[in-house]
Amino acid sequence: MTDPRHLARRYRRARLLRWCCLAAVVFALSCVMLLLFDITRKGIGGFSVQRLSLSVRFDPELLGLEGLEPRPEDLQFADFPALLSASLAALIPGAGGDGSQWTALLDDNADFLLYERLLADPRLLGTEVGFELPLSGWAERYLDEAGSKQYATLVEAELLSTLDWLVEQGLVHLRFNDTFFSAGDSRSPSSAGIHSALLGSLYTLLVCFLLSFPVGVATAIYFEEFAPSNRWITLLEININNLAAVPSIIFGLLGLAVVINFFGLPRSVPLVGGIVLALMTLPTIIIASRSAIRAVPPSVREAALALGASRMEVIGHHVVPLALPGMLTGAIIGMAQALGETAPLLLIGMVAFVVSPPTGLMDPAAVLPVQIFLWADSPERGFIELTSAAIMVLLAFLGVMNIGAVLLRRRFERRW
Amino acid sequence: MTTVERDNELSSTVGKPLLDGADDVKFSVRKLAVHYAELQAVHDVNLDIGQRQVTALIGPSGCGKSTFLRCLNRMNDIIASCVVQGEVHLDQKDIYAPQVDVVALRARVGMVFQKPNPFPKSIYDNIAYGPRLHGQADSPSALDELVETSLRRAGLWAEVKDLLHRPATSLSGGQQQRLCIARTIAIQPEVILMDEPCSALDPIATARIEALIGELKCDYTIVIVTHSMQQASRVSDRTAYFHLGRLLEVNATDKIFMAPEHPGTEDYITGRIG
Repeated sequence: MTDPRHLARRYRRARLLRWCCLAAVVFALSCVMLLLFDITRKGIGGFSVQRLSLSVRFDPELLGLEGLEPRPEDLQFADFPALLSASLAALIPGAGGDGSQWTALLDDNADFLLYERLLADPRLLGTEVGFELPLSGWAERYLDEAGSKQYATLVEAELLSTLDWLVEQGLVHLRFNDTFFSAGDSRSPSSAGIHSALLGSLYTLLVCFLLSFPVGVATAIYFEEFAPSNRWITLLEININNLAAVPSIIFGLLGLAVVINFFGLPRSVPLVGGIVLALMTLPTIIIASRSAIRAVPPSVREAALALGASRMEVIGHHVVPLALPGMLTGAIIGMAQALGETAPLLLIGMVAFVVSPPTGLMDPAAVLPVQIFLWADSPERGFIELTSAAIMVLLAFLGVMNIGAVLLRRRFERRW
Repeated sequence: MTTVERDNELSSTVGKPLLDGADDVKFSVRKLAVHYAELQAVHDVNLDIGQRQVTALIGPSGCGKSTFLRCLNRMNDIIASCVVQGEVHLDQKDIYAPQVDVVALRARVGMVFQKPNPFPKSIYDNIAYGPRLHGQADSPSALDELVETSLRRAGLWAEVKDLLHRPATSLSGGQQQRLCIARTIAIQPEVILMDEPCSALDPIATARIEALIGELKCDYTIVIVTHSMQQASRVSDRTAYFHLGRLLEVNATDKIFMAPEHPGTEDYITGRIG
């Protein structure tokens, strides 16, 4: 006969435990949500940019190009800032001077955009072309935080009222920031992008996966299926498990000492980055693959052996296909770790300032987390936005990878 | 006194463990001992297994009957700590001789396990796996035919002929076990070893398997381990009683159930132990 008070106490204890578990979930979730919210709030602006519609006539006289057929070398010395000032002066009424006071409204690189356009098509000389030029950093923030007069003291009142007038005229448009996805790193926030970092991450992960997955799976198969049980094998197993806990920067040192100094591969290239990250990912894949192999029911092995399958055939036809989903899960966890890894890559020189996107495994490249690290360190205000935007891209990359893994796993599991 | 009689005298087993020249002997086992590390699971077993007969191995749990069965197709090889001593001859050839290929041996001596263990593949692929492995079907149509005959022989064809590409795991337990038997006979073995094939099945599924065993013994030598004495008496021609790793008594099934010679056998079949 159970004492009802005792029973009530047991139920109370169970309820308390349940609430504690629920509270833990809520706490963890709210931390993640807070983080995501903060990053999104800061980074969302990085995906859009304010542009001013400006019509520019490529006047040979202003540019100092009186010759009719300018060569590309000539264009380098042409006076594009003067052309920009003149175009602005033509747009904005009621101002004296050559209009150079207005160039502060536009990004520092605005005249460079004019140069690039004319370089691409020299026949535009003498004709009128419509441009959408990015506004300068302070102007963009002034518009973003509409009504805030925070910048009034830093910028001349005349510029602010002109900016207001341009917005009223409908000449300023909010546009998608395609530079962010098409450009490499830059010292100026408005022309900096993640293209080369994204490609660098992709190449690095590719090398990492191609190296670590086959090696990891083969190692796991050896340990589970072939290794004799002796002291050396036990020692090896312990060491592999310990390897998973080694600080990642150590792997960077190893890469520097062995891959770069001993084998003489160049610095900053995705191949070396991939090799270092593969070393780091290996223990994770080995451990996950081993438990996946161990989870294959022995009855399946026995059935195949009793039908006259050799040991290798049992592994190839039954054990590996059944363990593959588990192995892939391990590989994805390892890859996700590798994608976010910064420390070992710093040591092998992947912190380089990389403007042009890498075209192969032997081209200098940055990777996303290192790019974020570099931008977070930059003093320009525009980089705050870009840092958060790049984090969002990194998280999206991770999301895509995980979805891919889930789909892949489901495909293999369907055959059970 | 003939050689066989003298051998029968030498072994500690009562009854008639060795067959005389009149019978076809498939397996002859002499002085078999099996150790798992320190533990000895089978002691000094001498036994002949007749061709195209059903031989039942009975005895309480842990008596070594399953271990003995697994010596006949060398399934114990996969257990690292297992050591087999003595001789096991299949058609007068020692299967533990160094030059013997285990893979070829297991293609001649098939096995059905206690729990149905179909591969997690389709019904068709389960049957076709063995023949494909051993290259026994030259064309897809020959393979189709082989799958059909195997399923027919196992009495499963009528139930699954429209579901051949459905997962084998979707079948019921009894159907799965018949599928495993079909899979075993698909590679055309000479011997089928069955390790308590009905212990996970209900009485109706058990009856079907027992009927199947009755049909299969015309073509195959069958050795069956069972916990059920009724089953042994229903399906087998000869019965061997194991106790604590020793073979206590072997005889024709009706003889052993009607008039057991060894007191231990009598205790077991009357339900006093085990």
